Amino acid sequence: MLVVGAFIRPRGKKTKLGQMTYECGEQPVGSAWIKFNVRFYIIAIVFLIFDVEVATVFPTIVTYKDAVANDAAGLAFAKIFLFVALLFVGLLYSWARGDLDWVKGIASTSQKKK
Amino acid sequence: MENTANFAHSFQTWLGIGPLWFWAAASALVIIFGIALLFAGFASYLERKISADLQDRIGPNRVGPVGLFQFIADAIKMLAKEDFRPQGADRFLFNLAPILVVTGACMAFAVLPLSQYLIAADINIGIFYVLAITTLITPGILLGAWSSNNKWSLLGGMRAAAQIISYEIPVALSILPVILISGTLQMGDIVHQQGWVWSGAGASQFHFWNAFHNPFTFFAVFLLFTGGLAESNRIPFDLPESESELVSGFATEFSGIRFGMYMIGEFAEAFVMCAIVTTLYLGGWHIPFFNLESLPILLPSFVVALIQFGVFMVKTLALFFVCMWLRWTLPRLRVDQLMAFCWKGLVPLAIFNLFGTALWLWLLKGKSLAQIIFG
Repeated sequence: MLVVGAFIRPRGKKTKLGQMTYECGEQPVGSAWIKFNVRFYIIAIVFLIFDVEVATVFPTIVTYKDAVANDAAGLAFAKIFLFVALLFVGLLYSWARGDLDWVKGIASTSQKKK
Repeated sequence: MENTANFAHSFQTWLGIGPLWFWAAASALVIIFGIALLFAGFASYLERKISADLQDRIGPNRVGPVGLFQFIADAIKMLAKEDFRPQGADRFLFNLAPILVVTGACMAFAVLPLSQYLIAADINIGIFYVLAITTLITPGILLGAWSSNNKWSLLGGMRAAAQIISYEIPVALSILPVILISGTLQMGDIVHQQGWVWSGAGASQFHFWNAFHNPFTFFAVFLLFTGGLAESNRIPFDLPESESELVSGFATEFSGIRFGMYMIGEFAEAFVMCAIVTTLYLGGWHIPFFNLESLPILLPSFVVALIQFGVFMVKTLALFFVCMWLRWTLPRLRVDQLMAFCWKGLVPLAIFNLFGTALWLWLLKGKSLAQIIFG
């Protein structure tokens, strides 16, 4: 698609103004490559933990049907429950700590400093 | 897998040259991208037409019968646009980003069970593969946003990344109940088990649609659909591109065919999402009270394939229609509401569903609601 496009599209004039970054007609100030807020970082870490959890719980989940057929479902259920519940406690912890709140109030930041 | 292998083999014998793996890869690519792009285009046409209907407009009606070829005209228009790259943008990443998005969305089509005979690759890790390959979209969007050196894009991209990875958790957790029930990751098998069988030997293997297996799975459908909506950036979760606040977010600096590729990726993903819900919970190609898989005794297999494909598409498009419907019904969420809704609402509910289904299977010996009612 990109190759076909390269042949048929017009070769616009490369003017300084035309190549400028779009900012609703204003002159862009500075680069957009700035340091970004840390809240993305914590969400990403929580995500990582849960994604790994899902990936590691898959084998047990797949064999659960066999376990039900062989009357071993109790054990399999206990395994899944223990694993997921532990991580759920972790989620509750970061919830209580205020990491999941997008808008961080002054109260929650001062609490963390203690 | 078999389908593509057959294609590859006939190509090799027909042309008499080239290694088999080359033809296998080539035919797989052509089939997957051909189907995926066609569906994405059709989805974009549907979106415009349904939106028009909901707003009491006519919508596209000039190109082809009832405007059916509108998406082809759109594609040609986009190809003919100037390829714009803003000053100071990271060239390599800017080129790479749309390709990642399209690849991620289109490769998921490989395992969609369109019918008993129409699965490009019925691999034994089917649903896991979908989860893995659609993750390519996140870096695609994030890289595109970062590389354009634009503040709107960066904001949109960061939001997109946070949103997509967050909503991936409830989606993955809502998929797990199905795997608990069916004990396999293979898409074909998952659908096969949802058939309707009245009685006879082996009837206990079939448990009707997973959505009606037990109350928890019925609930999980909604979670999966909501999470999927957010993952494919559809309204009311379209914060990454929100035109009015972020000037279409991560796509601000993209124009012409690169923007087109983002759009294709998005529509393909929305379609994949609807198809996944259909496959996992709504019985794929199955209809109530009659098992379509018993038809091949009476009819040639391609007719059966067509019927099953029709059933699958009706379900998927019905879900797609719900997407459109929601788009014109609900306003956009705020970004903090969005994250809170995911982590404090969907994730605990999804975990609850997982345990509920596991308990149900344990206590009722793996019987579904239908099996209990009809004996």
